[in-house]
Amino acid sequence: MSPPRLSVTGLACSRGDRLLFSGVNFDIGAGELLLVQGGNGRGKTSLLRLLTGLATPLAGQVRWRGEPIERVRERYHAEMAYVGHLNGIKDELTPLENLRMAAGLAGRRLDEAQAEQTLERLGLAHCLDLPARVLSFGQRRRVALAGLLTAGALLWILDEPLTGLDVHGVALVESLLQEHVRAGGLAVMTTHQPLQLANVPIQRLRVGDADLTPAETMSAGQ
Amino acid sequence: MGRFLLTVIRRDLLLAARRRGDWLTAQAFFVMVVSLFPLGIGADPQLLRSIGPGVVWVAALLASLLSLARLFADDHRDGSLEQMLLSPEPTVLIALGKALAHWLIYGLPLLAIAPLLGLQFALPAEAIGVLMASLAIGTPILSLLGSVGAALVLGLRGGGVLLTLIILPLYVPALIFGAGAVDATLAGTGAQAHLSLLGAFLLMCLVVSPWVAAAALRVSVE
Repeated sequence: MSPPRLSVTGLACSRGDRLLFSGVNFDIGAGELLLVQGGNGRGKTSLLRLLTGLATPLAGQVRWRGEPIERVRERYHAEMAYVGHLNGIKDELTPLENLRMAAGLAGRRLDEAQAEQTLERLGLAHCLDLPARVLSFGQRRRVALAGLLTAGALLWILDEPLTGLDVHGVALVESLLQEHVRAGGLAVMTTHQPLQLANVPIQRLRVGDADLTPAETMSAGQ
Repeated sequence: MGRFLLTVIRRDLLLAARRRGDWLTAQAFFVMVVSLFPLGIGADPQLLRSIGPGVVWVAALLASLLSLARLFADDHRDGSLEQMLLSPEPTVLIALGKALAHWLIYGLPLLAIAPLLGLQFALPAEAIGVLMASLAIGTPILSLLGSVGAALVLGLRGGGVLLTLIILPLYVPALIFGAGAVDATLAGTGAQAHLSLLGAFLLMCLVVSPWVAAAALRVSVE
């Protein structure tokens, strides 16, 4: 099996009849993090959804380990974890049940001790048995991030993982990212907050600048 | 593969158990609709007997529509559907599992209530037996076909009405053979032919509808 590598060539995406971006290229390998940047409505989320395979591009190709992702869907999805705007957790279930259910749906087994440990690590030790309905926005976000850890994936695709998190939460996510990337993982993420990662090479990609008017470009560059 | 299917079913059963109100509403709706007819039409046993099978079947169709609108919608809203589609396991099994869970939750209880409702329509014991047999074969059809409709209208505004328009015509064969089986018993010609056709229709739905629903889910989530 070829080494883990996410490469994108000539990716284009449209919403309705408006072209969001085109000609997006990048290539990241083990131990690299790609930060996708761009203003609101520029297509960052759309780009990430194309990378997950949930959406199909207008043009271009996403390759994982050198193969188009639609051809190796099962293996790609087994090695990839996505946290989107929506947390994907059920209000009726407790964080513990949510994690174990999510693992089951991904075709994995997750024992209770391990799920508990992960939730404790994310600072949810005191709400293991509460239905997710009564948790705060930030706490649900933490449950979703716990799911990311238990997935044990090689590639993380994170859409604004820091929204709703407090200072400790942000620091926690930063340390998780650092750990993941240093252990040879790959990450593609978006965020509007400054990211502090020591010793982690960050590639940056700006999307959707093609249709910016000059005035906007100036303000975006400031 | 079988274990994954069971996981999908178990998940929906657990969620339904945590949300019993919805379940009761659908069953109460079925009983109400059927019970209104004897009250409105009057107590002529001959007349009631001839409309009984049709009324029970039409009420079963409407009751299934009531719950189908939420089959995928809740999972879509909280993002767990996205996560399910990113599972390395086949989407077809998710669609099939959710349809089967829907039948266990909403279809199977109708079978238990049907004998009582049959008595309201002065149906003889033999006809009630056939009514139950026709519902046992027919209600899975409603869940399977319904899952296709629910996947198609996912995320559309006013999806509930559209779902009704898409699905009710597809239910017609089940209604004709289902109610027809009971009518045939009452007329003394035997229900065998109707039940066989209903069974054939069920097998066809079992084979085809999960694939269609899975494809529709992928399109709807995009």
